[in-house]
Amino acid sequence: MTSRLLFVALLIPAIGVAALASAGRDGIVSALSAQAKQDNSKFTSFSAEAGKKFWFTAHVGGKSDTPSCVTCHTKDARTMGQTRAGKAIDPMAVSANPNRFTDPEKVAKWFGRNCNTVLGRECTAEEKGNVITYLMSQ
Amino acid sequence: MRPARISAGLAAILGLTAMAMPALALRLPPVTHPATLKECSGCHMVFPPQMLPARSWTALMGDLANHFNESAALPPDVQADIVGYLTANAADAPANKAIRGLLSGVKATDVPLRITEMPWWKRSHGEVSPGRYALPQIKTASNCIACHRDGAKGVFTEN
Repeated sequence: MTSRLLFVALLIPAIGVAALASAGRDGIVSALSAQAKQDNSKFTSFSAEAGKKFWFTAHVGGKSDTPSCVTCHTKDARTMGQTRAGKAIDPMAVSANPNRFTDPEKVAKWFGRNCNTVLGRECTAEEKGNVITYLMSQ
Repeated sequence: MRPARISAGLAAILGLTAMAMPALALRLPPVTHPATLKECSGCHMVFPPQMLPARSWTALMGDLANHFNESAALPPDVQADIVGYLTANAADAPANKAIRGLLSGVKATDVPLRITEMPWWKRSHGEVSPGRYALPQIKTASNCIACHRDGAKGVFTEN
């Protein structure tokens, strides 16, 4: 009985943290969804498939060293990536790194930098939402 | 007794090695400035500001949208905060008179943009074969901490 109570007591904060992360992600995705609708009245929902395609595409218009997301993040989002300066990047897949896409400021900063680096422009809300949806499925 | 003899032998070997290669080390204060630590560490180790003159930091931080062929853009207030810290603690800052050796060979008109272009860096890495930097775990000569394990603490010992 005691051990079961202890187990439950330990579980509650764990669920709390996971729920908080998930709520943070939901907030970011719904804000992007609202923006995507505003940008394009035909927008319905984000697509993991479109996100995957975007993630792997060799884009044009950006910096020559970094044509694609996978240049640094690798082709398996569940593994560690590496910056051009040699620093390790934690996995982008939510399954491997549950804190991904839970901090709106961090998400805005890195999409801002990396879209300009890889595509030479800002990403649209739809592109960001698709990528997050893909990485949530990994 | 046997293990003791082995370790005594090892100590002798290590002692000889230490004598053959005098321990050269660059010891700088660790970076403690919060914005610099947070923002600069996103892509690379946080380089000690003493490694470049103030004019270099100003030039680097003035073009973050094209930072070594990547965008490292920051909000203007954060950027200003970091520039202030880097220039105040740069190689030519008054507080760093004691380590002015870091500027020998640099003309007053030179604005080096890479630490690896600095004469002190080239002098101290002359014996490293260029191919070694290409190893996957190192990737680039600017990845100091791949070899200098205590680099984040400002300690760069000879390997």
